[in-house]
Amino acid sequence: MKIVAKTGNEIMAEAMRQVNPDVVAAYPITPATEVVQLFASFVADGLVDTEFVPAESEHSAMSACIGAASAGGRVMTSTASQGLALMYEVLYIAAGLRLPIVLCEVNRALSSPINIHCDHSDTMGARDSGWIQLFSENSQEAYDNVIQAVKIAEHPEVLLPAMVTTDGFIISHAMERIEILDDNEVKTYLGEYKPKHTLLNIKQPITVGALDLQDYYFEHKRAEIHSMQNVSKVILNVGEEFGKKFGRKYGLFEEYKMEDAEMAIVALGSTAGTAKVACDAVREKGLKAGVFKVRIFRPFAAQEIAESLSRMKVIAVLDRSDSFSSQGGPLFTEIRSALYEAKQRPLTVNYVYGLGGRDINVEQIKEVYSDLKDTVTKNKVESLVNYLGVRE
Amino acid sequence: MANLRELVRRGEFLSGGHRACAGCGSTIIVRQILAAAGKTPVVCACATGCLEVVTTIFPYTAWKVPFIHNAFENAAATISGVEAAYKALKKKGKIAEEIKFIAFGGDGGTYDIGIQALSGAIERGHNMLYVCYNNEAYMNTGIQRSGSTPKGAHTTTSPAGTVIPGKQQSRKDLTEIIAAHDPPYAAQACPSYWNDLVTKVEKALSFNGPTFINILQPCRLGWGYPPEDTIEIGRLAVDTCIWPIYEVENGKYRITHRPKEKKPVIEFLKKQERFRHLFLAENTHFLEEIQREIDIKWERLLACVV
Repeated sequence: MKIVAKTGNEIMAEAMRQVNPDVVAAYPITPATEVVQLFASFVADGLVDTEFVPAESEHSAMSACIGAASAGGRVMTSTASQGLALMYEVLYIAAGLRLPIVLCEVNRALSSPINIHCDHSDTMGARDSGWIQLFSENSQEAYDNVIQAVKIAEHPEVLLPAMVTTDGFIISHAMERIEILDDNEVKTYLGEYKPKHTLLNIKQPITVGALDLQDYYFEHKRAEIHSMQNVSKVILNVGEEFGKKFGRKYGLFEEYKMEDAEMAIVALGSTAGTAKVACDAVREKGLKAGVFKVRIFRPFAAQEIAESLSRMKVIAVLDRSDSFSSQGGPLFTEIRSALYEAKQRPLTVNYVYGLGGRDINVEQIKEVYSDLKDTVTKNKVESLVNYLGVRE
Repeated sequence: MANLRELVRRGEFLSGGHRACAGCGSTIIVRQILAAAGKTPVVCACATGCLEVVTTIFPYTAWKVPFIHNAFENAAATISGVEAAYKALKKKGKIAEEIKFIAFGGDGGTYDIGIQALSGAIERGHNMLYVCYNNEAYMNTGIQRSGSTPKGAHTTTSPAGTVIPGKQQSRKDLTEIIAAHDPPYAAQACPSYWNDLVTKVEKALSFNGPTFINILQPCRLGWGYPPEDTIEIGRLAVDTCIWPIYEVENGKYRITHRPKEKKPVIEFLKKQERFRHLFLAENTHFLEEIQREIDIKWERLLACVV
């Protein structure tokens, strides 16, 4: 173990260096560029054994990742925003071919209007692609998540690709104190990647990506879905084991001061950290407030999440993207759906915030808690979907 | 130079029983290429298209060599990833064999939607052979025009109508575009001249770096001719110089088969349904235009040969 001061991008690149994948195929894009360029410097300086494929687009980067993973390599990449959007077609293929590629994704708004700052619309657009999605509150989590993602993705009961996200600029460009493992600890923890079937096994030729029509496609998709259903269990085991080995335990979500809470703010990524500060402040004024941080968005641990949240009187779900369903953001609709089966259902309200990097601060979240208090008093949600911090 | 008897003995690496049309040129091309590779282990990638569709309907596969299909526009990117993993694993001593990498794409997947991925892969210098099986339209989706469709051809998106008689534009010269990347080897071929094709594949695979062969593939369905004429139509394409077969080896041009007598292009056009409308009285100026363009390009090619 060693303590370093690094930005989110630097630490993701550092995690990739320690993983030392066989192939990294990538294309630079703000705010993830540094991950790619730092990794390129590791290659240039001989610090990794990786074959680096500096592709001419994100689409080709992911396509090369698919080729490399099918060939039996341990494969990683990094992107953001338009880059992830350009990959969408092949993201589905990576998942469908059951290739445990790990992608360091730096959340950034999607065009149009063009914008380089944080929101979650890029990652949310890929939520149905079959990728595991882990969100990080800070750089420490980003680092730990990248290492764990390799373990999770390659688990024989999973074999699905995983993206680890940080919030663009907020995490990616902010310097923090981070505890990192020794290179050897990472190497031993991850072990060697030994896929069962690969293109490079000339003695046992396989066909990858065959045409799958009405008679088989459904079964293959069902098997993929089944594997995704195994992921929560694997994430819990991996998070537990990681905690035992390295002192930082991870679950599907994090509950902050939820034991006696009556109201909770649900958030993804860096905003959970801001919400914790706001939570402490309103608790001093007597509010029984808590924060519920969703770590894993795919798969969505509906049952476990509902179990925890159903104890609340009211919850506010903070979404850093909209789904254009007119029913709120993607996290909100998932949470509401999860709560439908709960015996006790809290009042739920959605706040879409921070689009295109619009700052969210402690005061705004304190106001959300204050709104929740009124909602409890009135026992009624007056406005289901609200837009926080926008000029209207 | 390949010997037919020896080629046959190398074995079949694409099994029969696939779903290609009778007389399909694409599977003939693949068999010639895999025979040319012979005992050298190869891994193949293929773009979405006829070839992938007819050879890999699950749970069957016609491929006796490792094969990957990813998507339509990314065969070159996919094979570059496979090749990168090979290099990494070889360096670590996890693979002993010398393996060669071949990607296949139709003209849609190569001239149009896949040109970026191909250009990138060639510029990066991957050790691969990219083969365009060029049937001059999107045949898999029902004969739509591509950047490779020749001027005047009827396709379902450049139909011979009462006002517009087929495709109005000339095709782009992809072989020259790729040659401009300065790979060690780029060539045009046609399965009708099997010996030329096989020799080119052997040559391409002998290079350490990206190589490219653009292979004209007569398509009996899209071009409109009887299935038994595939080889004959291909020969006419070469002999009329609408599809010259040549190579660019380290920048040096060589025409690998010069027709003894350059036949008029109508000999090639008149055998195909897709050009039938050009023979109507009001369209004959088109025939002259096509011949003129062929003559110019042929002269230009001759000038490249020193």
